[in-house]
Amino acid sequence: MAILEAVKLSKAYGKKKYALEGINLNIESGKIIGLCGPNGSGKTTLIKLAAGLLTPTGGELTIDGKAIGPETKAIVSYLPDKTFVPENMKVFAIIDFFKEFYADFDINASHEMLKRLDIDGSETFKTLSKGTQEKVQLVLIMSRKAKLYLLDEPIGGVDPAARDYILSTIISNYNADSSVIISTHLISDIENTLDEVIFIKYGKLFLHSTSDEIRENHGMSVDAYFREVFRC
Amino acid sequence: MSWKFDDGTPIYLQIAERIRAQIASGELPPGGKIPTVREIAETAGVNPNTVQRALSELESSALVASERGNGGRFVSANPDVLYKLKHDLARKAAFDYVYRMSKLGFNRSEAQNYLTEIKEEK
Repeated sequence: MAILEAVKLSKAYGKKKYALEGINLNIESGKIIGLCGPNGSGKTTLIKLAAGLLTPTGGELTIDGKAIGPETKAIVSYLPDKTFVPENMKVFAIIDFFKEFYADFDINASHEMLKRLDIDGSETFKTLSKGTQEKVQLVLIMSRKAKLYLLDEPIGGVDPAARDYILSTIISNYNADSSVIISTHLISDIENTLDEVIFIKYGKLFLHSTSDEIRENHGMSVDAYFREVFRC
Repeated sequence: MSWKFDDGTPIYLQIAERIRAQIASGELPPGGKIPTVREIAETAGVNPNTVQRALSELESSALVASERGNGGRFVSANPDVLYKLKHDLARKAAFDYVYRMSKLGFNRSEAQNYLTEIKEEK
């Protein structure tokens, strides 16, 4: 069953500048998918369309068979690439705030994750280091029992040890009914956890395949293949 | 932490290979329980679907059997299957050795001499 389906999806900023053009995509549930492409290729645009923050210029986009709207937002958990929490609040207060906001928020899971990441929830968000801020935001997003997780550059600023923990959090939290889309440049760090890979190039879909297929057909890792496809 | 994987070979095959080695060495004993998909996925640092695929691969060669009902998986207790596994791995190791020696310019009997030499040194 497709959790996300795009048909000839396009998004233009202004009159001419197409950030995405003619994207056909079918993403099934129960998968972890890497969304890869160089800077400016349209990764964030695609994620924002799915999160309902942007409206398509053309084509169709559905999540769980429904057009983007309040119903899809209720089942999509979206991690933006920029800070999205009120920075003057304490971490625990932000968690309570999320609990109020989302019916599917599991407060115990969030406290558990904070503990394992050794984060003091009584601290004010803005006093935390950049990496810790990213971890807190990811905890908030992964504590929801959503059907689709959209993670825009979730591991950019955190150290390798925390990266491992975050990936194992993603692996252990997701289930057969939900899918996770992770946009990143750091392919080598996450490629072992990916079922499928999507490459986008200048706003167009270049490839959508399983990561094992890439290894089988090209005899190289996803990371190495990416470097070859997008060689500057 | 997470397992290391080579580039160029599908990860599910590498996981299957690794479990095969664990069975052959007795780390996973005959008839013993195999960790769950999720446990393996977390230790290996890979996706559960990939582990699932690796285990199906092992099931198709009868090395691993799933218990009906509870979804648990066990190492085969069939001595023939286990013998065949060891035999296959031994052949592969021998082949690799001969291949590497040939790269160094030694033929089979010369390669064999080195094996004898090691035995004498011990």
